[in-house]
Amino acid sequence: MSDQTTTPPSAAYARETTEGRVYTVTGSDWDEVVQAAADAEERIVVNMGPQHPSTHGVLRLILEIDGESVTEARCGIGYLHTGIEKNLEFRTWTQGVTFVTRMDYLMPLHNETAYCLAVEKLLGITDQVPERAQVIRVLLMELNRISSHMVCLATGGMEIGALTVMTFGFRDRELILDVFEMITGLRMNHAYIRPGGLAQDLPPGAVDKIRELVDILPGRVREYELLLNDNAIFKGRTQGIGYLDLAGCMALGLTGPVLRSTGLPHDLRKTQPYCGYETYEFDVATADSCDSWGRYLIRIEEMKQSLRIVEQCLDRLAPGPVMVADKKIAWPAQLALGTDGLGNSPAHIKNIMGTSMESLIHHFKLVTEGFRVPPGQVYSAIESPRGELGVHAVSDGGTRPYRVHFRDPSFNNLQAMAAMCEGGQVADVIVAVAGIDPVMGGVDR
Amino acid sequence: MSTPEEKAQLPTPRDIHGEPVGETVEVRHGMFGAAGSGDTSGYGKLVRTVAFPGPAARPYGGPRGTADGEGEFDLVADELSGALAEAGIEFDQAIEKVVVDRGEITFHVRRESLPRVALTLRNDPALRFELCTGVSGTHYPQEAGRELHAVYHLRSITHNRALRLEVSAPDADPHVPSLVSVYPALDWHERETYDFFGLIFDGHPALTRILMPDDWPGHPQRKDYPLGGVPVEYKGAQIPPPDQRRSYN
Repeated sequence: MSDQTTTPPSAAYARETTEGRVYTVTGSDWDEVVQAAADAEERIVVNMGPQHPSTHGVLRLILEIDGESVTEARCGIGYLHTGIEKNLEFRTWTQGVTFVTRMDYLMPLHNETAYCLAVEKLLGITDQVPERAQVIRVLLMELNRISSHMVCLATGGMEIGALTVMTFGFRDRELILDVFEMITGLRMNHAYIRPGGLAQDLPPGAVDKIRELVDILPGRVREYELLLNDNAIFKGRTQGIGYLDLAGCMALGLTGPVLRSTGLPHDLRKTQPYCGYETYEFDVATADSCDSWGRYLIRIEEMKQSLRIVEQCLDRLAPGPVMVADKKIAWPAQLALGTDGLGNSPAHIKNIMGTSMESLIHHFKLVTEGFRVPPGQVYSAIESPRGELGVHAVSDGGTRPYRVHFRDPSFNNLQAMAAMCEGGQVADVIVAVAGIDPVMGGVDR
Repeated sequence: MSTPEEKAQLPTPRDIHGEPVGETVEVRHGMFGAAGSGDTSGYGKLVRTVAFPGPAARPYGGPRGTADGEGEFDLVADELSGALAEAGIEFDQAIEKVVVDRGEITFHVRRESLPRVALTLRNDPALRFELCTGVSGTHYPQEAGRELHAVYHLRSITHNRALRLEVSAPDADPHVPSLVSVYPALDWHERETYDFFGLIFDGHPALTRILMPDDWPGHPQRKDYPLGGVPVEYKGAQIPPPDQRRSYN
């Protein structure tokens, strides 16, 4: 700002580099840059993001453009890196849940489940997790899938100017988050699913509230379809855009709706079931158009299928424990909602502080030290809203993870951005990225 | 940490049935990470061996197993062995050991054989591991000569199978051949592993940092890289940063 007197504010800032003259454009000087580019052979590299409303989070797109066409496209990521994987190595296995839930913040319950399945596999207690806990996990994961797809549609719509889709999507997602808040105490970042089961059982009235939600949601999903299915602008913007065929998806390791939009019905819930998914009736949505339009149709269909699964969960929800019986693993607390939020129930406090010295020791040991996990490594993968969410967990026999690596689907799928966008127009980059639906919290972790 | 002589003197770790389990990689003494203080609790005398699952013997088992204990893991090992033989590679020369643990099979591959093995796993019609879901690094500073591990997870959609490849490299020579030419999906994953562990993937088209800033010193996920943090005060007490709190080895 201080050199405004010497440089007119509208001029592009030019400097000589080893690669020739480079202009750095900051706005309102477009004519001069285009003029300068026309005079000589110069490359125009546009930085889109990381603070741009239509790049789906803090994603930096580096686009080399020729007129309106994108000749080369690259991603710059890492702006949201928080070192969660490193931090996990300094907490107990149970505390890890609180971290991983914050990775991909639009699918917290999937992160938690994937992590807990890995820990349970390491402990060898996969079969001991109670039925009720598994049903509630599936129920919450499917509700989470719906809410995640709603945000995908909402932000994707907003980015191409369909603002009503945005308001509808966020409005309806809030209904699901209300249910999450009632069950877990938080709208997001729940830390509700724990190694061995759940933090606590469903509160009274939760089932009724979910049933109410399940009655409302089909109508809301129908609204999106009415808005978009025959919308000439939406179709024009998405059909044939972000094209990636099956060979491309396989090579680039894409999973989830992007892979299914090529017609391959690959869904880990069917091929490698976990949490009892093999016992639920649902269909895998596919499309054959390989484009953003097909991905939209798949997400709509997946919301309907998820509702089907939620209804089946509600029907089979039988009373029972929600944590493994092994007291060496089961978190000793019985949480209850108090005046100052969720905490240990007064009955449990009374027991450990006033009645049983052994209970106090047990509580103290398990909470401060944690449980030991036999040495070894496992990989557990689940089908998240964005594709295969894999957890590679290594234990050295201690009370803390030795190494936990999240194979986040957003991280992997974002690699396909260049293949989808190069040769297309700048405006279509936005649509292609929205079709991948990357969540930067998951990409950068 | 313990010397090889110390390791040799220790009994083989055994499970509750007395069966030998795994390979001892480390022996830890004491408790609570305290050392050098007057220990009256007896905890300081605790000796604990860390044993990872050791090499498996045939039959490996696996899903869809038969009555004699054979399963899909045997099938995959046989097919891989046959396909490598066709390419003129001895199975035992390419694969250091096979570990079967918790229903998963791991092939420990010698690093020079890694591209050949991966290509065979991808292309052979009986194997067809067409999807690679990334590479994850692991740092074992106590394993002299093989400190850095790269772990690949492969998935076959054709046959609905999964397996793991593991390759190790010494800290002094942290080079592993890149698999980007076999699985282009590994582009970013290898950059991530390089970023966090300093493993150099030879042949990668542009091995640069991906999540940390370009000028970042060090590789943060290595065990010798501190977590960092500052003590915080809570209700009058000083709480040390997480990596300086009491640990239970």
